[in-house]
Amino acid sequence: MPGQTLVEKILSRASGRDVRAGDIAIAQVDLAYVQDGTGPLTFRQMEKMGLVKAANPTRSVVFIDHSAPPPRKELATDHVYLREFAARTGMVVSDVGEGVCHQVAFEKFVRPWDVAIGADSHTVMGGAMGAFATGMGSTDVAVALALGKTWLRVPETMKFEVGGRFAKGVFAKDLILRVLGDIKTDGATYMAMEWGGPAIAAMPMTERMVLSNMAIEAGGKCGPQPSDQETKRYLREHGREAEWKELRPDPDAGFEDEHPYDVSSLEPMVARPPQEDNVVPVTDPSVKGLRIHQVYLGSCTNARYEDIRVFCEYMKGEKVAKGTRLIVVPASKESYVRSMKEGLLEILLDAGATINPPGCGACPGVHLGIPGDGENVLSTTNRNYVGRMGNPAAFTYLASPATAAATAMHGVIADPREVG
Amino acid sequence: MGRAWKFGDNVSTDLIAPGRYYHLRSNLPELAKHVLEDARADFAAGVKAGDFVVGGRNFGKGSSREHAPVIIKLPGTRAVLAKSFARIFYRNCINIGLPAVVVDTDRIDEGDDLDINLEAGVVTDRTKGIELAFPPLPSVMARILEEGGLVEYIKNHGDLVLAGP
Ligand code: SF4
Repeated sequence: MPGQTLVEKILSRASGRDVRAGDIAIAQVDLAYVQDGTGPLTFRQMEKMGLVKAANPTRSVVFIDHSAPPPRKELATDHVYLREFAARTGMVVSDVGEGVCHQVAFEKFVRPWDVAIGADSHTVMGGAMGAFATGMGSTDVAVALALGKTWLRVPETMKFEVGGRFAKGVFAKDLILRVLGDIKTDGATYMAMEWGGPAIAAMPMTERMVLSNMAIEAGGKCGPQPSDQETKRYLREHGREAEWKELRPDPDAGFEDEHPYDVSSLEPMVARPPQEDNVVPVTDPSVKGLRIHQVYLGSCTNARYEDIRVFCEYMKGEKVAKGTRLIVVPASKESYVRSMKEGLLEILLDAGATINPPGCGACPGVHLGIPGDGENVLSTTNRNYVGRMGNPAAFTYLASPATAAATAMHGVIADPREVG
Repeated sequence: MGRAWKFGDNVSTDLIAPGRYYHLRSNLPELAKHVLEDARADFAAGVKAGDFVVGGRNFGKGSSREHAPVIIKLPGTRAVLAKSFARIFYRNCINIGLPAVVVDTDRIDEGDDLDINLEAGVVTDRTKGIELAFPPLPSVMARILEEGGLVEYIKNHGDLVLAGP
């Protein structure tokens, strides 16, 4: 028998038998969560099933992040229901101001070897921890919360083997955009996108997270990565070193296909509307110099402390171009506090930024930065679909925090390698 | 029998249930008035019980919002047909008891009169006089769909007791 991929290993452990791609498994769920957009329906489904309970209350989390604080009474009332339901079942609440579900889950809850099921598609970010993490709909998550298990088809694995060294101004976001441009928005449907190779080993955790986060943008079921010394360092930094366990793929694991990348020649990339795979280098005339009305540094993809720091390295002492708005939404309270302590918020405010509370903000189009008709947005988020940011008559371009900083300064899409 | 409402490739859940109506998620009949409105403005007002949503490739890509298939189903939509589906959306359809069927939708045109036989695995296009076969669902999903969705399934069995593939 050939060796196992990362998902095969994790799902074998979680289902108590040796499973391989294509098998149907019932897996124990180690972490289940909802957010405020999907949680109310999840809990109503639990009531309909007659299962108002949590199998593992301390590993069941309700994140209030998508409309936090709530801009409308309907959403505020959803929050009332979420808190009441959590109180009845003993679930943990991560309330207004704590931050985006996947970011907070990563800081506090996701562990190597976990099966993590979230009622949100970017749950896949947990893969960077060496977990099997995937997004499901409300009814599936209702079952996962109440019974502590879920059914899964063990996915085939596409292996992304990454070598080389990133040039200055080039980041994990540029790599994942490049991959999306290559394999397209349904290129990994039903599959695991497993990452490995020397460039991944050398990558800090907060960059690895970007790669796993956007697995769903290729239709991927999960984006698993090894759990190594960097994983251990991250957990130690978060007071959770005891939760570290190594996870490595077997050298003879059976992959569906392999995709080698060398990042040394990678350039900053931009995804044009209307979807994430419409990708060109920042030097392409269709994007370079394009007027941008709003720069948005936010979301679970690229608004951690480390992203804000990169942004500020470019922005320090500079001003946001006239006629361009800069909106910053730290992904979590941790990122917010650390940015504050290190003086980054002052750099941002001096440059002319508006800083919003930690949460999803305008990323899903609910509030706090919805663009106007005909406006162009350069955003560090993960989706640029029609209407995604709340206005189908606006246009969103996706890029890294460095490209966002260069763009904010110039008011047009700019190449970070040409500034700072 | 019902009418085909045609959509293109890569219809996202943001097109189906736009973020600007986030506050209507606990009021599904109101949310359903906006279903797919950014893809085509005439659908929500025109769709009738028994009609079909017909997409291209990668239908339902994007978010996990189950509200998307729920508001497609709410007016009585018979099934969603597409050349391929995004994973979460597909699973959500089955979980809420809305048939999601992978079939060659290039052969179906806007306004065609359609019928479906889930047991036989056939979509009939009466306008064209053709039958389009589709493969059966994976057995796990077939059972969930047969029982009316995952809520009913859990109510019937009290647990996840799924037989193998
Ligand atoms: S930040 Fe955006 S992508 Fe991330 S969970 Fe929130 S809405 Fe989803």
